[in-house]
Parts: sequence; C-alpha cells; structure tokens
Amino acid sequence: MDALDQLVKTFFDWEAMAAVLPNMIMFGLPNTLILAVSSGVLGCILGMVLAVMGTSRLTPLRWLSRIYTDIFRGVPAIVIILLIGLGLGPIVRVATGSTNPFPLAIFALTLMAAAYIGEIFRSGIQSVEKGQLEASRALGFSYGSSMRLVVIPQGVRRVLPALVNQFIALIKDSSLIYLLGLIASQREIFRIGNDAAANTGNLSPLVAAAFMYLILTVPLTHLVNYIDKRLRTGRPEKRQPDDAAALIGKGAQP
Amino acid sequence: MSEFASGSLTGKNLHLSFGTNHVLRGIDLHVEKGTTASVIGPSGSGKSTLLRVMNRLIEPDQGDILLDGRSVLKDNPDELRQRIGMVFQQFNLFPHKTVVDNVSLALRKLRKLPAEQARAEALEQLDLVGLKHKADARPANLSGGQQQRVAIARALAMKPEVMFFDEATSALDPELVKGVLALMADLAKGGMTMVVVTHEMGFSRNVSDTVTFMDAGVVVESGPPEQIFTSPRTERLQGFLADVL
Repeated sequence: MDALDQLVKTFFDWEAMAAVLPNMIMFGLPNTLILAVSSGVLGCILGMVLAVMGTSRLTPLRWLSRIYTDIFRGVPAIVIILLIGLGLGPIVRVATGSTNPFPLAIFALTLMAAAYIGEIFRSGIQSVEKGQLEASRALGFSYGSSMRLVVIPQGVRRVLPALVNQFIALIKDSSLIYLLGLIASQREIFRIGNDAAANTGNLSPLVAAAFMYLILTVPLTHLVNYIDKRLRTGRPEKRQPDDAAALIGKGAQP
Repeated sequence: MSEFASGSLTGKNLHLSFGTNHVLRGIDLHVEKGTTASVIGPSGSGKSTLLRVMNRLIEPDQGDILLDGRSVLKDNPDELRQRIGMVFQQFNLFPHKTVVDNVSLALRKLRKLPAEQARAEALEQLDLVGLKHKADARPANLSGGQQQRVAIARALAMKPEVMFFDEATSALDPELVKGVLALMADLAKGGMTMVVVTHEMGFSRNVSDTVTFMDAGVVVESGPPEQIFTSPRTERLQGFLADVL
C-alpha cells in the first residue's frame, strides 16, 4: 500500500496541482497559445509560398523549396530553437534593446512549421486533378489566378486534417522555448509545471501541465476526425438527390 | 442571323512534339464562321492535342493559328482563351463552387462584372441549358449529363467566338448522351463556330458542316460529311469507319 500511496503522491498530489493552476491559466495557457498560434499562422503563409514554389514549373524555385524543406524538416526542433534563439538573440538585443525571447522563438517555430506545412500544402495541391487547372486556363485565367482561385482552395481543403495535426505538434513544440530563458510572466505551460516540480520535488505540477496540453490538443484531434469525415462524406445538409440519377436508380452519391 | 458573335478559325501547318514523339505533323484545319467542324480518328491520333494547341494551352512548335483571319500566336494566350470556349470529356467543373459560381467565376474575375450582374448572366446561361433550378447545387450532386451542360454554360458565359468540344459525351452514361448532343446541335444551328472532337459518328455526320479524319498526327482526309462517310477515299478512313460504324 505504501508504494501505491507513494505513486499517487508523486503524480497526483492535488494540492500541488491546485497550487500551479492559477499560474498555468494566467500565464502558461496564453503564452503557449501565443507561441503556437502565431507560428502556426506565419508557418501557413511561409508554407504556402514553399508549396507554390515546390509545384512551380521553374526548376530553381522547386529546388529552393526542396532544399529549405529538407533542412528544416531534417533538423530537430530543439536544435533550431537553440541556434536561432541563442545565435540571433544578442544581435536582436543590440538592435532593439529587447530581451524578450518570444519573437525569436516564434521565428524558429515558424521556420520549422513552414517546412512541414509546405509539404502538406504541396501534396494537397498536387492531388487536385490536372483537368481543374486546364479548365481554368481554358476559361482564360492566368496560371497564378488559376492556382489561387481553383487549384489551391481545393488542395488546402483536402489536407485540413494534416494541417490540424501539424498545429497540435506546434503546441507541443512550443514547450522548447524554455531553453531560451524566460522571466516569470513569459513562462508557458511546460515551464510553469517544470519549475513547480523542481521546487517541490513532486511531479504533480508536470502532470497538471500534461492535462493542460491535453485540454488543448484532444479537441483538435477530434476536430481532425470530424473534418476528415465530412471531407469524405460531404456536407450533409447540402445534399440533394439527383433527379436524373434517382430515376435510373444509380450514381446519386458521387 | 447568328445568335453568337462567332468568328472563323484556321490552323496552318501545326507541328508539335513531346520529346521524340511527333504528335502533330503539319495539321491544317479551317473552320468557317458559324460552321461546325468535327474531328474524328482513332485514339492517340492527336485530336485532343490539336484542340489544346489551337487555344494555346499547349504552344505549337511550328505553324500559325488565325482567329477571324488574324494570327493570334503573338497575342496574350490568356486573352486568346477568353475568346475560345472549351468543353472537356471529364467536365472539369470546379467542385468547391456551386453551379452558378462555376458559370459566373470568369465573368466576375476576368470580365470584372459586379457580383449581381455576373450571377444574373450566369443564371441566364444556365436557363439556356435547362439547369437554372440547379444554380445553387454542387457539381457533385448533378448527373454527368447535367454537369456537362453546366460546363457548356460556363464556356458560353464568356461569349466566345469559337467553341471546342473535346469528346464531350465520351464519359457520359449512354442515356445521358442525347441531351448533351442535342444542346451542341442547337449551338451549331444558332451559328456558333465549333470544333468538335468526337466518337459520335451520328453527330459528326448529321450536325457538322465539315469532317476531318486524323490519324497519327496528320489529317488523312477532310470534306463534307456525306463525302467522308459515304465515299471515303483513303484506306485508312475506310478501315476506321468499318471499325466504328
């Protein structure tokens, strides 16, 4: 019984958890979200640029996109964050006087996310039937307009589930920013849990951090499943049986 | 008398190679204003490629293209394609847009019409092909025949001078072919200049003004349908007709 008590006390000491909760909600949660959302949005923009370059007819653009992706997808997040944060940190400090590590952390996370998101977008764009681009060009749209109005909207829709997965990964990777040194109000979920665990010698604050991450990620995982299902079966409320197909009793479902 | 502001179209000595594959070997095709030319021939003879070269979806290696008697090879290809409508075997409607948005997209973005006016014109085109009541449906919820009629409306909305049909009925269930062919015949009667790549010999014979038989990237024989179908001169055309009729 002693051993079990010990385990429960180590991981589920409710008092220790309750003690970190205010900080988690006041600082941890918003800081984690700031990191994940801003690098997610910027990563989508840069990722789209990479995807358009990667599907371009111009070989140098395709190569640039390839090289970028290989580098930033192939190096661990922790290495990129340290190199950018510690490497550019002093330069930024001299130039702006700011010691806030958030901009550089967001920059590092963006660079990394863009490589993955670029690959996601590229696969989506390439999965759109060639006839779509052809039909759009035949109407008189330029290559750029055709991509923007016809091909990319369809491609992005198909990879929404993968995109949400990438955002989940970003939420988790944002914890690595602790390496750059944070003052109390800059700490995100993991750092708050980790500090409390170190101070008390009890792991429960880290378990609380884990719960906080789950509160963010589990709804997203289910959102992925929902989007995935709707993409496969279509929008139920918009469905209307096709008259001609219904008459001959076939093909009403696409 | 014509419902359409159509023009004549001429391809002169068109050549195209993909690597060592010489797909078009000096094609001449002339379509008088307001007439319908059908192009027949075995698969892989270059018929569909010829259409794509004549609206410069693929640039020819050699030769000239004249629209209303004027060479268009130096024109902006996007502007040229706004003057030539094209209908595809696989319809290629934009699945993420409603039927009416499919038709109005080019009106809004290329003709720069305000949204309501573009929608009104698109509805008018849909009415013409008998699908106004499907305006707000998604293409995936239409039958193949309906999708192809929407595709025709989409092309017509740009008021093209010439219409291309690339095996427009080949992907349709047999019972849906008739409706699309009837619509194409109406356009022909209305004075649209049309180039119709087809395997529908009945359409080719009854609707078109001239028939061009292609094989292996060359025009083997061309002439009025009566001559092509009743007294083919070359062995290749005789063989082809024996196979398909």
